[in-house]
Amino acid sequence: MYKIAVMGDMDSVLGFKALGLEVCPVSTPEEGREALHRMAKENYAILYMTEQLAAQMGPEIARYKDALTPAIILVPGKEGSLGIGMANIKTAVERAVGADIL
Amino acid sequence: MPSTTINPTRMELTRLKGRLKTAQRGHKLLKDKRDELMKQFMDVVRENRALRRRVEEGLMRAHGAFTVAAALMSPEMLEQSLLYPKQSVELDMTFENVMSVDVPRYQFHTSSQEPGEIYPYGFAQTSGELDDAVDAMAQVFQDMLKLAEVEKTSQLLAEEIEKTRRRVNALEYVKIPEMQQNIKYITMKLDENERANTIRLMKVKDLILKEAIQERQEANARAVETFGGEAPGTI
Repeated sequence: MYKIAVMGDMDSVLGFKALGLEVCPVSTPEEGREALHRMAKENYAILYMTEQLAAQMGPEIARYKDALTPAIILVPGKEGSLGIGMANIKTAVERAVGADIL
Repeated sequence: MPSTTINPTRMELTRLKGRLKTAQRGHKLLKDKRDELMKQFMDVVRENRALRRRVEEGLMRAHGAFTVAAALMSPEMLEQSLLYPKQSVELDMTFENVMSVDVPRYQFHTSSQEPGEIYPYGFAQTSGELDDAVDAMAQVFQDMLKLAEVEKTSQLLAEEIEKTRRRVNALEYVKIPEMQQNIKYITMKLDENERANTIRLMKVKDLILKEAIQERQEANARAVETFGGEAPGTI
């Protein structure tokens, strides 16, 4: 049985709690890093992370990009979308094709 | 010239020819794999973009509703209402093989099936906006799960395509030309040896013939001397 977690600042993740997801409120990137590594070791399959937090944790996220679990999915936080999620799709295309063709 | 020193022997030639054949076959297969992966990847990426746009919109709406709810309620109240969720989500993960890439497929089920059961609080002390917010969240969650699946798939496929592309290029532009060059080098070298051998044999034959002629001439001369010195044909 796999678990789903949501990571981000308190206000952004509170709503997910109502859905029955596991939330992990973090306020600093250091806390986020620690939680991320801990979750990667346990069987978390999906990890939703606010873009605001992800923006400060680039290398850690890149580390799990090619791993099967956890799938780190960026979602907009309370402050709105930073466009990182969309940019990531673009990066994936560039990586695969060698140029942005979309 | 070949980059590394190779033995210009017939055995090496046979070995290289075998390797070249394998490499060409591998190259063709990898190229097919790359093309098919690319096709799949494009579909996945298109879906990914559409889903992401939808999820981001849905989440913004949910966050907006939450902000309104938070403004109407005290933070303690809000936290208290949401702290103990009524339903829990269970996730099953299976794998699907897309062109030898394992991609995850998620199946999730909630502990309660009734749609009205998602509110983990009593309605008396909470504002209606919170209901809207939780509702919006619940709606967008299906898409979020799909997004996780699609996005991870696209990441894994991108990695695999990158690897395959590198392999195809390495074979096409480095390995196969190098082997062809080596084969050419060995063939030329062997031909050259063959010619050198022929020439040597011809030279040796010449030498032997020359020696034989000389011997014959000497023998003739001796015979003439022994039998009286009259020139032949004078008898």
